[in-house]
Amino acid sequence: MLVVENLEVVYEDVILVLKGVSIEVPDGSIVALLGANGAGKTTVLRAITGLLDVHRGAITKGTVRLDGDPIDGLDAPAIVRAGVGQVMEGRRIFTEFSVEENLRVGGHLAPRGVVAERLERILELFPVLAERRKQIAGYLSGGEQQMLAIGRALMAEPRLLILDEPSLGLAPLVVQQIRDLIVRINEEGTSVLLVEQNANMALSIADHGYILETGKIVMDKPAAVLREDEDVREFYLGLREEGAGSMRDVKHYKRRKRWLS
Amino acid sequence: MEVLLPALVRGLGIGSTYALLAVSIVVIYRATEVVNFAQPALMILGAYFTSLFVTSIGLPFPVGVVAAMVAMAAVGALTERVAMRPLVGQPVFAAAMVTVGVLIVLTAVANRLIGPDILTVGDPWGLERLEFGTIAIFQVDVAKIVLSLGAIGAVGLLLKRSRIGLAMRATSLDQETALAQGVDVGRMFSLAWAMSAALAALAGMLIGTGAGGVEATTALVALKALPVIILGGIDSIQGAVVAGLVIGVAESLARAYQPEYAPWLGANFDIIVPYLVLIVSLMVRPYGLFGTPEVQRV
Repeated sequence: MLVVENLEVVYEDVILVLKGVSIEVPDGSIVALLGANGAGKTTVLRAITGLLDVHRGAITKGTVRLDGDPIDGLDAPAIVRAGVGQVMEGRRIFTEFSVEENLRVGGHLAPRGVVAERLERILELFPVLAERRKQIAGYLSGGEQQMLAIGRALMAEPRLLILDEPSLGLAPLVVQQIRDLIVRINEEGTSVLLVEQNANMALSIADHGYILETGKIVMDKPAAVLREDEDVREFYLGLREEGAGSMRDVKHYKRRKRWLS
Repeated sequence: MEVLLPALVRGLGIGSTYALLAVSIVVIYRATEVVNFAQPALMILGAYFTSLFVTSIGLPFPVGVVAAMVAMAAVGALTERVAMRPLVGQPVFAAAMVTVGVLIVLTAVANRLIGPDILTVGDPWGLERLEFGTIAIFQVDVAKIVLSLGAIGAVGLLLKRSRIGLAMRATSLDQETALAQGVDVGRMFSLAWAMSAALAALAGMLIGTGAGGVEATTALVALKALPVIILGGIDSIQGAVVAGLVIGVAESLARAYQPEYAPWLGANFDIIVPYLVLIVSLMVRPYGLFGTPEVQRV
């Protein structure tokens, strides 16, 4: 179980991005972290996975614990070794490598003996990748690249998989495929922390959801509750009650006010 | 034929040494995007260690060469850790300037160690020749070709096939993503420097073979790796090999024919041939024969 408590993150020593964020990802669950651009979603992930210092950020307060052990002081490879895998925003595959080489990099920390076996399992899970095994990854379609990025993260057999906007820039049908895939990965025993702008997709599979706004968690509720919440429906699912049109701006203002107080 | 063939072999011999030096620079560039100007000092220290192990201590030649390469690998990794690691994330220009500083420091160390002497590396080839009828070629040139290309091939194979090589290439493509896969990027940098310094040590030994021997100023020979990486493309190992051989042969042919056909160019014209190639290459194809053209944002 991943527990993030009162996390405060500062970039370049001055830019305060997270102001006391607390989230939990219980074993075996899917947790969604939603929020608009610039809310700090990716920063939360960087803090968990040890990639903050690449971006000149630092955790100034709070803790990140995995099954009770603090991981906020570890470097990125140690966190991968502890069992946290991640798919970065924008897929970030190695475009000049072949599909297989990309997957092998994901198995960098795996014991030598099991890499071949895991590779076969991943290729079985993603038949599209199996067909293109020797092709240069940069020529794959966006959806295939996303699957490759997910497959690459799975090569480390993480206990917790963190996905940063896996639906970004993908067609609705492909988004559905990715969604089904996440469910399947979860069913096989991997906890998932899903960061999304596509709230619809995220809340449809998540057990629990958090909404992050300008560095603070403003909502922390089971996904089923969030799906029905009036504010979430309006701001994140794009559904609006009839007749609210003329009052929209006023309501928007009022609601934001209430959330942040 | 009596002039051309030996000149060609000599050119390939010296050219393969240039290629080796160039590859040692390419390895660091590919891992860290830093052009390492300290390579001449690493090369001369490598020659010093070879001489120390073989001539002074009396180890068998192959053992001594390997020992010198290992010693230089340690020096390279240490240099990376002490001088370069604090610069990760800084502009590569700053890091390249630091390598100039490293060059000055290590050259001072080498001068101190070597002093005014001329070192011999104790190689078994000396001035032995292979005679084919009227054509005679130096054994040492053949040794240079075989050892350089063998070492380059080994590095290429390591990068292409092994897990650690894959991780190094991943690091050179995208450091953050490599980190996210669990690749220890810092260790890859150290490894690149260690490999590079070991290659430079081998090159230093090869430069010191034959009649010449090594003085502290022999380090300047390593500057010829610069035309090679520019002609070959700074991020390409194949490019370094092809360009190294081309420049070596061009230099050697100039040495063989220029006094006869173009005496008005004066003596020792061959020495500047690599730099002429450099200038032409920069004008015609600035990213080199095999390099990746840089995408310019205007």
